[in-house]
Amino acid sequence: MTDARDHESHENDPHEGESSQNLPDNPAGSAGAVPESAEPIADPGLPAHAWRPADVDPAHEKRAERQVAGMFGLSAVCVILFLVAYFTLDIGDDHDTVGGLGASTVALGTTFGLALLLIGIGIIQWARKLMGDHEISELRHPARSSDDDRKATLAALNAGLEESGIGRRPLVRNSLLGAVGLLGLPAVVLLRDLGPLPGDVEDDQEYPGAGLERTVWTKGMRVVRDVVGTPIRAADLEIGDLVNAVPEAFFEVDEEGEHLIEGIELQIAKSKAAVIVVRMEPDEIIPGDGRDNWSVDGVLCYSKICTHVGCPISLYERTTHHVLCPCHQSTFDLADSARVVFGPAARPLPQLPLAVDDEGYLVATSDFLEPVGPSYWERG
Amino acid sequence: MSIDTSKVATSNSSAAVAKKPGRAGVVANWADERLGLATAMKKNLRKVFPDHWSFMLGEIALWSFVVLLLSGVFLTLWFNPSMGEIHYEGSYDQLRGVAMSEAYASSLELSFDVRGGLLMRQMHHWAAMLFIASMMIHLLRVFFTGAHRKPREMNWVIGCLLLILGTLEGFTGYSLPDDLLSGTGVRAADGFMKSIPVIGTYMSFFLFGGEFPGDAIIPRLYTIHILLIPGLLLALIAAHMLLLVYHKHTQWPGPGRTEQNVVGFPMLPVYAAKAGGFFFIVFGVSALMGGLLTINPVWKFGPYDPTKVTAGSQPDWYMGWPDGALRIMPGWESEFWGTTWSWNVFLPIIVLPGLMFTILLLLPFLEAWITGDKREHHLLQRPRNAPTRTALMVALMTFYGLMWAAGGNDIIAIKLHLSINQITYFMRAAVFLGPVLAFMITRRWCISLQRQDNEKLLHGYETGVIMRSPEGGYSERHLPIDTAKAYALTARDRDEASYVPVGTGGGTDANGIPAPVGRMSGLRGKLQTLWFADNVQKPTAAELEEAHHHAEHEAHELEGVSTDGHQLDGHHAVADEPLRRDH
Ligand code: HEM
Ligand code: FES
Repeated sequence: MTDARDHESHENDPHEGESSQNLPDNPAGSAGAVPESAEPIADPGLPAHAWRPADVDPAHEKRAERQVAGMFGLSAVCVILFLVAYFTLDIGDDHDTVGGLGASTVALGTTFGLALLLIGIGIIQWARKLMGDHEISELRHPARSSDDDRKATLAALNAGLEESGIGRRPLVRNSLLGAVGLLGLPAVVLLRDLGPLPGDVEDDQEYPGAGLERTVWTKGMRVVRDVVGTPIRAADLEIGDLVNAVPEAFFEVDEEGEHLIEGIELQIAKSKAAVIVVRMEPDEIIPGDGRDNWSVDGVLCYSKICTHVGCPISLYERTTHHVLCPCHQSTFDLADSARVVFGPAARPLPQLPLAVDDEGYLVATSDFLEPVGPSYWERG
Repeated sequence: MSIDTSKVATSNSSAAVAKKPGRAGVVANWADERLGLATAMKKNLRKVFPDHWSFMLGEIALWSFVVLLLSGVFLTLWFNPSMGEIHYEGSYDQLRGVAMSEAYASSLELSFDVRGGLLMRQMHHWAAMLFIASMMIHLLRVFFTGAHRKPREMNWVIGCLLLILGTLEGFTGYSLPDDLLSGTGVRAADGFMKSIPVIGTYMSFFLFGGEFPGDAIIPRLYTIHILLIPGLLLALIAAHMLLLVYHKHTQWPGPGRTEQNVVGFPMLPVYAAKAGGFFFIVFGVSALMGGLLTINPVWKFGPYDPTKVTAGSQPDWYMGWPDGALRIMPGWESEFWGTTWSWNVFLPIIVLPGLMFTILLLLPFLEAWITGDKREHHLLQRPRNAPTRTALMVALMTFYGLMWAAGGNDIIAIKLHLSINQITYFMRAAVFLGPVLAFMITRRWCISLQRQDNEKLLHGYETGVIMRSPEGGYSERHLPIDTAKAYALTARDRDEASYVPVGTGGGTDANGIPAPVGRMSGLRGKLQTLWFADNVQKPTAAELEEAHHHAEHEAHELEGVSTDGHQLDGHHAVADEPLRRDH
């Protein structure tokens, strides 16, 4: 940005004396296109420079100097206090001694913040009280280059292009353009392994329930309580109860006591297989088409994953049988196949068909019959 | 003035004293012989920067970015961007033994086992808030004062890119700790992506490295957060500053300040000191906030678990407005030929923000196209002097604000005991009507402020002194405002003179060539008329003359009143001063 045209700028030398300082560059103060005669008031020019107390009164000057140095000194004290706090205050064990934060955090933040603030305020005070405060004026130039510069640049550009022969040799030019253009392909193709294709995940079944259209639920898998993993009998539930549940597979262990599904696979499985189990008066249920025997004694099971963008739904109102998603307040009527009664979700929560096993525990009779969670293009 | 200026402080008067080249001189010589610094710095060391409080907003953004870089680098020394599962064994009792990702565990370590770690985490988060908030207010300042006009349009575009990148940077940042709250946000982002027609599912699978949540998202967000976006931000900020230096800063009109000059303090020493000092202040304020105000206490949320959610899940505030749009959108979805179109997600969260951002980016070009104004502008305008532009931005702000409020519809419902359904229906109408209303009110308001300015110019300001005429009528005494103020009020363009009417039937362009009359230019002509309609122009010299003549006449009639205006200007106690002198 060092522009040759800047040389014209007539920055006033602050040592030239007052009078030249305040001459306006353009006494008419016109604004470009508007003819000057139309201006109702002529530009009075820059106001005279006013001396500050610290400029003319040595006592003032000294006081300002002491103020500024004092702030820098205090800042240094704060840094020392910071060091003391760092080495003396414990963290970890007492992390909420002061207003929910640890004494260490509070002390470090306060001393560090004050040390910085005092330097900042000190410098600004110095600038305001003690540094020269003559306003100076510089000329502006249009952002565009001068016509001469444009001409010279164009000439140079043309000379360069001419010498390269790029215009005369279309074969070279076009084959180069083509070759460089094709380099875009590796750049895109190289990203291919960022992730598997949705269909491949489904086909490969590298972990239980892989794929957007599947979950770990299978025929006969018990519905167990979240966290503790105990199986549920219909009779365990009161009318109006809602429990969070998961497939029993989450708690299955092999001979060595290792969980069969764990880590990331567990997280993926949870994000699709989590369910809610509710019990209501059987005659309050409006069974959906073909869902007549999906419930057991008024016990229904639905996906816990909101069909809007996938938050786990949570708030249940037993009198209306409505569940509410806390993220964007979509509301579903569990008595009526989890129809959307309010909010931005477009689809009902998928329902998991229930039965009881020999021991009377709730089990799924199959996986969900439709994909759970947010809609997606291929869902259909 | 009777100040004895012979004793002025050294900084303000004495010429630089030439010293023998000392050690610094030797170093400077060494460097200059290799880098040519003297030529490069000659003009810029004393470059002029105009002063105004509103010019600090951009500076806050710049300095908080520096604080983000510094605190961010500190965090990287401990933060472990891995989704590998471990059992927590750190100092925080409540979570000991709980299975969690290494990312979450290292955030806990930073919070409870690294001295100053929580301070830095909170400073980082607060500085991010400052960064984004100050960029937004800076953008408003620029637009309201017309600083986006030629030749600064490109800097407007860069600024808009900075804002959107900053927002994305914030989102990737608060997703890193992998706590329950941020995981919920990432889960929603997965749903957003899946709503995109054709490529959405693939985008989701490629970003997450398979099915949500997978084990790739945190490391990938980490690379984006600490390398990709900061690099882009840094480059764009550098370009922003270079253009600023090249164009020289805009200034407010006033005595001696014209379109052709820039008046203010030189870079060295005053501007450098003020800006440098201000860096320490922004840094210090972030440190105080980081030390004293809790933000994002991830330990309270627990590790991410796709089956859990905290009630009242809210994203960081700058992500709030699309969230509001998402909430009030009706649940529309269609299916064609086995494909799903999730209008309920795609429109509010992908299309709408994209559209709003495009509008924001294009505003300077849209305005220039409508007004046909091709001149350079370096003097700022008061918002009232561009009523349509001001009203347009207020309308956009109203839209933003209403959407943002809709993002808190559950909180509003609880606080005001309203039904969430009613709020949603209200908001659905309000986001369309509110901006229109705001536009009309703001425009009228600006125009009446313009009138008020003209009143002041023509008839002076109201002194609050009521005069009784010999006929018994009462009137308020007006006094002329001082010349500097009056000049500043008139230092603005006349709207008619500033543009060439296009396409309004037989108009000619600047070169006298008949303007083409097409459909676009017809629309443009109409918009142009609407843009300037009812704007109040400053008085002409003749009108001012006439008004002052009248005022003198009036003053004459009230002969005998103390005519020292300052006695009556409200800044002096006049109670004890006799208004009428005894003759
Ligand atoms: C330029 C804008 C930046 C913004 C807006 C931003 C924003 C954020 C936010 C909001 C968080 C969450 C903090 C929390 O835990 O509460 C975060 C975390 C983090 N940021 Fe940044 N950041 C920025 C730049 C950087 C840079 C340049 C680095 C490193 C070079 C960085 C490194 C980190 C790390 C390591 C974390 C995770 C720490 C943790 O939460 O435990 N950030 N960032
Ligand atoms: S995720 Fe449930 S309403 Fe949006």
